[in-house]
Amino acid sequence: MTTAAATAGGRTTKAKPATMAQALGRALRDSMAEDSTVHVLGEDVGTLGGVFRITDGLAKEFGDDRCTDTPLAEAGILGAAVGMAMYGLRPVVEMQFDAFAYPAFEQLMSHVAKMRNRTGGAMPLPITVRVPYGGGIGGVEHHSDSSEAYYMATPGLHVVTPATVEDAYGLLRASIASDDPVVFLEPKRLYWSKADWSPEAPAAVESIGRAVVRRSGRSATLITYGPSLPVCMEAAEAAVAEGWDLEVVDLRSLVPFDDETVAASVRRTGRAVVVHESPGFGGPGGEIAARITERCFHHLEAPVLRVAGFDIPYPPPMLERHHLPGVDRVLDAVARLQWEADS
Amino acid sequence: MTVQELPGAAAYRPTPPPAWKPITDPAPLLPDPEPYRVLGTDAVADADPELLLRLHAELVRGRRYNAQATALTKQGRLAVYPSSTGQEACEVAAALVLEERDWLFPSYRDTLAAVARGLDPVEALTLLRGDRHTGYDPREHRIAPLCTPLATQLPHAVGLAHAARLKGDDVVALAMVGDGGTSEGDFHEALNFAAVWKAPVVFLVQNNGFAISVPLAKQTAAPSLAHKAVGYGMPGRLVDGNDAAAVHQVLGDAVARARRGEGPTLVEAVTYRMDAHTNADDATRYRVDSEVEAWKAHDPVRLLERELLERGLLDETGVERAKEAAERMAAALRDRMNADPELAPMDLFAHVYAEQTDQLRAQAAALRAELDAEQDHDEHGTEAGR
Repeated sequence: MTTAAATAGGRTTKAKPATMAQALGRALRDSMAEDSTVHVLGEDVGTLGGVFRITDGLAKEFGDDRCTDTPLAEAGILGAAVGMAMYGLRPVVEMQFDAFAYPAFEQLMSHVAKMRNRTGGAMPLPITVRVPYGGGIGGVEHHSDSSEAYYMATPGLHVVTPATVEDAYGLLRASIASDDPVVFLEPKRLYWSKADWSPEAPAAVESIGRAVVRRSGRSATLITYGPSLPVCMEAAEAAVAEGWDLEVVDLRSLVPFDDETVAASVRRTGRAVVVHESPGFGGPGGEIAARITERCFHHLEAPVLRVAGFDIPYPPPMLERHHLPGVDRVLDAVARLQWEADS
Repeated sequence: MTVQELPGAAAYRPTPPPAWKPITDPAPLLPDPEPYRVLGTDAVADADPELLLRLHAELVRGRRYNAQATALTKQGRLAVYPSSTGQEACEVAAALVLEERDWLFPSYRDTLAAVARGLDPVEALTLLRGDRHTGYDPREHRIAPLCTPLATQLPHAVGLAHAARLKGDDVVALAMVGDGGTSEGDFHEALNFAAVWKAPVVFLVQNNGFAISVPLAKQTAAPSLAHKAVGYGMPGRLVDGNDAAAVHQVLGDAVARARRGEGPTLVEAVTYRMDAHTNADDATRYRVDSEVEAWKAHDPVRLLERELLERGLLDETGVERAKEAAERMAAALRDRMNADPELAPMDLFAHVYAEQTDQLRAQAAALRAELDAEQDHDEHGTEAGR
């Protein structure tokens, strides 16, 4: 999962531990340095550097006009970004928290997602909307939502979410470079996750929309993304003791959805569990399970199972550990994959 | 230690909050107590006769355009038409105050403004015909797509004007909204952003009395819609929206102000929607005839025409000429709209993303197969019938 060293122009640079937050900040910085049309705007992104410090230093390096503290109004921020993109800029909007992005929904649904389509391709909007999402950081009410189902149900948007430090950089660079609007979901409980990663030679992701197999296995496939990837990796290691060799697929983007990688894995293993924090009912897992069934029915040894957040409003932080899918729940699901059929 | 025991407690006296100072002096921002007028006042002497004649020709054309578009709904050639009959002065003036490089942000009721700016009426009407959401390239004409979700185009105008200013371009954005739209959150956010950023934007509110059926009194308790500007720190201007010369002057001043880098202006034009909300609406359910009659006596075309005739700038021949030009426009529009638009079902998938996803490719192939089967069926069906 991590690269100990990366090669840049034939020269080997030492990789040092870096956090996902640092990689995201570096991606913003490099995008702004390379392309003068990239503008960052949002609440507290300037002087403060964002409440998660992702934009730290950008206003100082590029000036207030390139990294702008806006009035506190999410629809206004995204609406203004639409106008800026109409004029040829490439805005990167920061929504402070998942649940604070809801006031911007009308702009996102009615304009950002549709502008390319409703102008017959004449006016695409290259806007990246960064949204810190998910729980697990002890946030009080309205700070821990998993809102990906809303976004992925909206044609015209790309929905991208990194789970590793390297992907945080590569996927954000690719999202900003995309001529389509991207909702870039940042798993906030992984902001401080670390990996050996070389900012001098960061591997760029060439295009968004490809899943990756994080762990190869033969028994069953865990399909996941963002904050639940570490949970699945841990579960896969724990499963070895039970005699299961689990494959783990990191989707990296929910839209476009990589049917090919997912179906290929499930055809190999014959069993699948989808894992995410978002509530299960109407959540991404239902769509993914349906897609697997449509493509892999004759390879399946068991129904596709989902391990998801409960269908409840996000709980108070002192109770969130009961809500979030953890290693045990993933292993319980794996145990329910009708292994008796094999014996 | 109690408060009384704190050091210096004896000398302590209440003072104003230390950080407070007034941000903006509200007095110069306040609108006139009554809508500004030019026609029938002394101000008309300063008006450019050529401009007045141009406005007249456009008003006559605009009135005819509204009538023709409404007729097209009855003939089934438009799915729906939200008429701007009675509001032509606002529509036309908004178009004429802009330079070519400037941007117009119309709402769904403002196709006339787009047409007065030079857009082909057939392209302006595709949304309402139902064949294409936007019938023109917004960048080519610098006219944003007609916006249906109320007031959501206003922050776009602010962002575009802001971006132009950052690039050092001399571009002004004029955004149009109705009285009902001023209650939307996006109206508030757009005006606030515009004022904070000093963006070169002009907001034109056409107060036509009704948001579909809801009168202004149920929409706001503000002294006037123009007064709302003061809360944002921008000037509010109140103008007679049926006085084309006045609307042109007030909007022109606001555009010039924006161009000078002095920031946005909110203009409230007091006007009246002579027709129902759309052809599908019944205005008799919520307003009385006497009100409509009073506004008929204050018709924007008549107001300007009378002024021009009285001042000898226009004669009956000139009036006829303007009418004939409008008739020609209407006849051409009718003929062109009577042709069925060409539909391209496969284009449904063409502009969702820059690059089609695997899923959309598969869905496009499925639709292609359906279309082929339909065509096959039609051809063979015809042959079998012979």
